[in-house]
Amino acid sequence: MDRSRPSTIIRARQLCHSYGQGELRRQVLQSIDLTIAAGEVVLLTGPSGCGKTTLLTLIGALRTVQQGELEVLGQSLQGASRDQRRCVRQKIGMIFQGHNLLRCLTAEQNVQMGADLLPQRSYATRRGLAREWLRAVGLETELGKLPHDLSGGQKQRVAIARALAAEPRLLLADEPTAALDSRTGREVVDLLKSLARDQGCGVLMVTHDPRILDVADRLLEMEDGQLQETTVLPQAGR
Amino acid sequence: MSPWPAQLWRSRRIPLAWLLLSRQPARLAIALAGISFAGILMFMQLGFRDGLFDASVTIHRLFNADLVLMSPRSMSSISMAGFPERRLIQSLADPEVEDVTPVHWNFVLWRNPETRTTRSILALGFEPSDPLFIDSILANQAAELNQQGRVLFDERSRAEFGPVGQWFRQGRLVESEVAGQRLRVAGLVQLGPSFGADGNMITSRETFRSLLPASPHGSIELGLIRLSPGADPLQVAARLKKQLPQDVSIFTKQQFIEFEKNYWRSSTAIGFIFTLGAAMGFVVGCVIVYQILYSDVSDHLPEYATLMAMGYKLTDLLGVVAREGLLLALIGYLPAYGAGEALYALIRNSTKLPVGMELQRALVVFSMILVMCMGSALLAMRKLADADPAEIF
Repeated sequence: MDRSRPSTIIRARQLCHSYGQGELRRQVLQSIDLTIAAGEVVLLTGPSGCGKTTLLTLIGALRTVQQGELEVLGQSLQGASRDQRRCVRQKIGMIFQGHNLLRCLTAEQNVQMGADLLPQRSYATRRGLAREWLRAVGLETELGKLPHDLSGGQKQRVAIARALAAEPRLLLADEPTAALDSRTGREVVDLLKSLARDQGCGVLMVTHDPRILDVADRLLEMEDGQLQETTVLPQAGR
Repeated sequence: MSPWPAQLWRSRRIPLAWLLLSRQPARLAIALAGISFAGILMFMQLGFRDGLFDASVTIHRLFNADLVLMSPRSMSSISMAGFPERRLIQSLADPEVEDVTPVHWNFVLWRNPETRTTRSILALGFEPSDPLFIDSILANQAAELNQQGRVLFDERSRAEFGPVGQWFRQGRLVESEVAGQRLRVAGLVQLGPSFGADGNMITSRETFRSLLPASPHGSIELGLIRLSPGADPLQVAARLKKQLPQDVSIFTKQQFIEFEKNYWRSSTAIGFIFTLGAAMGFVVGCVIVYQILYSDVSDHLPEYATLMAMGYKLTDLLGVVAREGLLLALIGYLPAYGAGEALYALIRNSTKLPVGMELQRALVVFSMILVMCMGSALLAMRKLADADPAEIF
């Protein structure tokens, strides 16, 4: 683990979340305590329906916090306004299960949609950034292609470039390898990790894929809305 | 700090609205077809409406007059009443009145020299030595009318009056029976049919009186007054109104034109019908544009949600939809304008109505299209509220 960056980017205390009202109320997160430091790569696993995605959307400031404390990138999210949450989101890169690229934009333009969020930079600078990130994910030859014409792995790499182009301090990824074959999935995750490392950017990744567990600095397991740290880390990838 | 346009250019973003439209050519084509259709419909209806109103004053515009005297009982060009010619002579007493032209105005039956059918034609009678029209419409042909039984025929009259112009140009002797009398065409003029009159003919007062022997002597339908240069028509009109008895009304030439237009506007359903037609076009356009924008937003909802998750503001996304509406309005207006021009040329040729692309109408239709697109965009924006970034993981 990289100990040169001790600052905490996620801190959750007694975080609870439930869906539904009254009789139908269903608790999905129970007293989650979690701390993630800058530059850490944390993997979150667990059976489906255990609340992983809910935790991710809470940390991603996409949902309002119901109960407990949650601080992401120095902003406490309990009771945060819509605009405060948006500001937090600007500093978080998100990578989705589906690539969620904009269909009508080329690879380069999709990545620039990320860079366009950076204030005070000229169009040319942001465009340059977009090209640089596409080069970093190995797609410098596919700049002008629409998502339609890219393979699944290429699309996911464009999505990574888009997330990183906004210069995030935290990357949230929800099963980024789900739609990919094992070799491509491996490549994408390795790329994700090395680029996040270079940026000093923390990574929280939800995954079911046992083949990529070794990229993690820490492994968390979730079951029935509760979080457990798995102490044994597979070290093969490092 | 660079000046603001440069600053704005520097800080521009990906033109998402334009790319959304241009990368879905089929949808764009449908939207543009809908907007153009609405635009064409509006151009057509408003063009007809204005054309008809303008057509009602084709002759009115041509009179060489600063002020016009009419009987207060005259409601429009198709119901002109007489007033004493003395009033016109009295107006000469005003120091700023330079000279006057008494004009007879009535409808008579004209027999088509080819098919022998009759049709009502507007006959104007005036003293051939007096000025009647502005410009050189009469082109020295007035002298021809000094001879009894001669008329100048309006070449632009509708074809139902017979091939008079064609025959005359071929050098043939063209004669017709008008109000039961034989008249000879002594020349051609170009006036144009109006709303009330399908055709026009001009003749001398003497001939005119012989066509309508029943009309009282010393009574005219129209008095044209010309003022000395620099005189203010409104002032003179006010002065004459005080001096002359109540049996005559005084108009400036512009008021005279408006009076006639207003008759058609208020006492016929024309204005209402064509405005309704234009409104229909507007509504159809709204429905199409709304459908297009709404389905565009719905189809891209996950992408909009992704953008919100990335940290784009809701207002950024609303701006995208608004810009789509604006672009559609701008791009859709161009073919509508072109088609409008073509349509007007067609109307001019087939109906001889004086319809043209007027700046004001072009702007009205553009604002309607703009309102149509922006209103639809505004409604389509409500769908954006469904974009929930929490649902996309």
